[in-house]
Amino acid sequence: MAKEKESSFKRSDGRKLNEMRPMIAKVGIIPNADGSAMFTFGNTIAIAAVYGPRKLHPQHMQNPQKAVLRCNYDLLSFSVSDRKKPGPSRRSQEISKVTEWALSPALDLNSFPNTVVDVQIYILQADAGTRTAGINAASLALAHAGIPMRDLICSVAVGKLDKNLVVDLTKEEEDFEEGEGATDFAMAKIANSDEFTLMQLDGKIQPEVINEVTKLATEACKQIYEVQKKALKDVVESNGGKK
Amino acid sequence: MEISNLTKETLIRMFKEGKRFDSRQLTELRDIEVSYNVSNKAEGSARVKIGKTEVVVGVKMAMGEPYPDSPDKGNLTVSADLLPLASPRFEMGPPDFPGIELPRLVDRIIRESHIIQLDKLVIKEGEKVWTVFIDVYPINDDGNLIDAASLGAVAALKNAKIPMLDKDGKIDYDKDSKESIPLTKDISPLSFSFFKIGDSVILDPTREEEEAADARITFGISKWNGQYVINSCQKSGEEPLTQAEIENMMSVITKKFDEVTQKLKKYI
Amino acid sequence: MRNDINEAHDAEEDISSSGSDESKKRKVVVPGEVIVSGEDYLPGEGAKRLGENIISIRFGLAEELGRVIKVIPIFGAFVPRRNNVIIGRVTDITFYGWLLDIDSASSAFLPIEESPRFVNKNEMEQFLAIGDVVSAKIWSVKSKGIDLTLKGKGLGKLEGGFIFRVIPSRVPRVIGREGSMINLIKDKTGCQITVGQNGWIWIKGDNVDAEIKARKAIEFVTDKVHIEGLTDKVEKWFEENK
Repeated sequence: MAKEKESSFKRSDGRKLNEMRPMIAKVGIIPNADGSAMFTFGNTIAIAAVYGPRKLHPQHMQNPQKAVLRCNYDLLSFSVSDRKKPGPSRRSQEISKVTEWALSPALDLNSFPNTVVDVQIYILQADAGTRTAGINAASLALAHAGIPMRDLICSVAVGKLDKNLVVDLTKEEEDFEEGEGATDFAMAKIANSDEFTLMQLDGKIQPEVINEVTKLATEACKQIYEVQKKALKDVVESNGGKK
Repeated sequence: MEISNLTKETLIRMFKEGKRFDSRQLTELRDIEVSYNVSNKAEGSARVKIGKTEVVVGVKMAMGEPYPDSPDKGNLTVSADLLPLASPRFEMGPPDFPGIELPRLVDRIIRESHIIQLDKLVIKEGEKVWTVFIDVYPINDDGNLIDAASLGAVAALKNAKIPMLDKDGKIDYDKDSKESIPLTKDISPLSFSFFKIGDSVILDPTREEEEAADARITFGISKWNGQYVINSCQKSGEEPLTQAEIENMMSVITKKFDEVTQKLKKYI
Repeated sequence: MRNDINEAHDAEEDISSSGSDESKKRKVVVPGEVIVSGEDYLPGEGAKRLGENIISIRFGLAEELGRVIKVIPIFGAFVPRRNNVIIGRVTDITFYGWLLDIDSASSAFLPIEESPRFVNKNEMEQFLAIGDVVSAKIWSVKSKGIDLTLKGKGLGKLEGGFIFRVIPSRVPRVIGREGSMINLIKDKTGCQITVGQNGWIWIKGDNVDAEIKARKAIEFVTDKVHIEGLTDKVEKWFEENK
């Protein structure tokens, strides 16, 4: 369906409907961390650090069966136009939690009972897609930290602008108001499988169109996976694995 | 890893011989790198790397009311968040003392140097002024965060633009601005934190060296009309400093100020 | 004492899962990546079977050992195992023994009975005070904590010198095959060196310069991700850094 409409609908930055913004991924950016990475979608820049498995306090939060995954997502105060007051907001707490759920299906934490794996995600510059960029960075940082994982997690937002499905919305596109307006559907999936681990939607979308959304997300995630894979291999090839 | 008894004793022994693990002299600094545009949403931003220590600093501007005791001046607010991303020692939750002290020190280093002309940040006297927010975030802590943060703050300020206003006098952050924050010409403060370990005093410690320190003293220094000025100072830690040690610091600090200012010319 | 510590290393090397045999084929793999296809292969550590493929469940170097495929991690935190020789720092003294920081996720406990000689309960601090450093062996890993012993060759309180940390997954290469790497560094610097599996390393030399050089040599080894021909590179490094 996308093909016919491609000619009629123009994205504000000239991208094709299924075209993502330029992606950059870099692993090993924080020497103190057990694992770390940066991931960008265009002007959105996310960084992530992983510490652990390490001691979990307080004790009552420990799980005797496996390590607890604890994610923290937040914006730096100057990553957005109106200065964000330092400290967690309800928004950042919700995103932290859905990020945990998005990542945990890929992880095998059974060998580390009573411990915690801490994932710290911060957005340096925001232009929509911050949670998805954050998940991509976190997935890389977890792999970098040597955490057992059955696969990487890839994440992207699929949007609907009026009636047109597009991938990887910018802030400007999120504010699109013509026709049916803008719908933003943040997705994450296990790279080499058809399982989705993050689904968060705001807007209006017909049930049958959701099927198209998952297909578009799957295609986009293939590209993300290649970028992630290369970033991990580069850290070894370039001999940059200093700690 | 926290310092152990034997490592601390070895460091004391090494410093006594004037040696360090990374072959630096006791008052020699690691390589400094400054870059800009950490965030295009900030009015100004900078990234500072000193060895493996990395901080990012952003400047945001907003409109607000002046403080009652300074109706003819803009406001300056410095804050910092020791992100748990940057070190296994930093924890979530309310800041501990180092997290409280860092922005207060940076605030005084900047404010007392008078690098920002706060009197030129008044929109309507007594009613409406600009507030300059300086926000400091460590990305990787390998020691000497305070000096890295104050350098980052100065760099971000020099890089910052005042946002444009729309017809109704509201801020339009998306509009490109050419107008820089009013800074005092030729004033460019730096801070130098001296660390006392045993009977030795060192500059720019790595995290490991910092762990071994018994006392720290941070000086904010600038140059006004060719004259060195100490603008702020804070000693921390229980160990006292002797008069001879303080005299020695004062002779070192002016040389270091010129040396670093010279080195930073290609960045700032 | 020096030789004893050597032996402790060698024993460690034999049971350690990753030697540094330079003839083995290695390739970098990411989690989920297919390493080989075919029913003939068996998944070893860090790998699993998925359909007819063997896939990686760690980021690391995949290695073929006959039919067994395993993945050796190159980054990451220390995961304690029984019989690991580690270096730890005393953080607290209890009625029954000492608590140690060994840079692992669970706390480590050294019972008073596991000291190499009899220690009176009233004199525990004289034997090991807070901040002191020991080389110890892990004799049990339970979900609630790790138990240590100082009974064994080369184990005990470390005096003088200093400790520093390297990435724990790089420890096998610091030791080298049958201790070849660490022995080279000891010979060239004249320092005593104990390498803990937790990535903490103790160095003590006759003078500061030798100690600094030994640390730099070890960091030269751990900063390299690839390990092909590393011994030659270290020999060369010593030539260049005389």
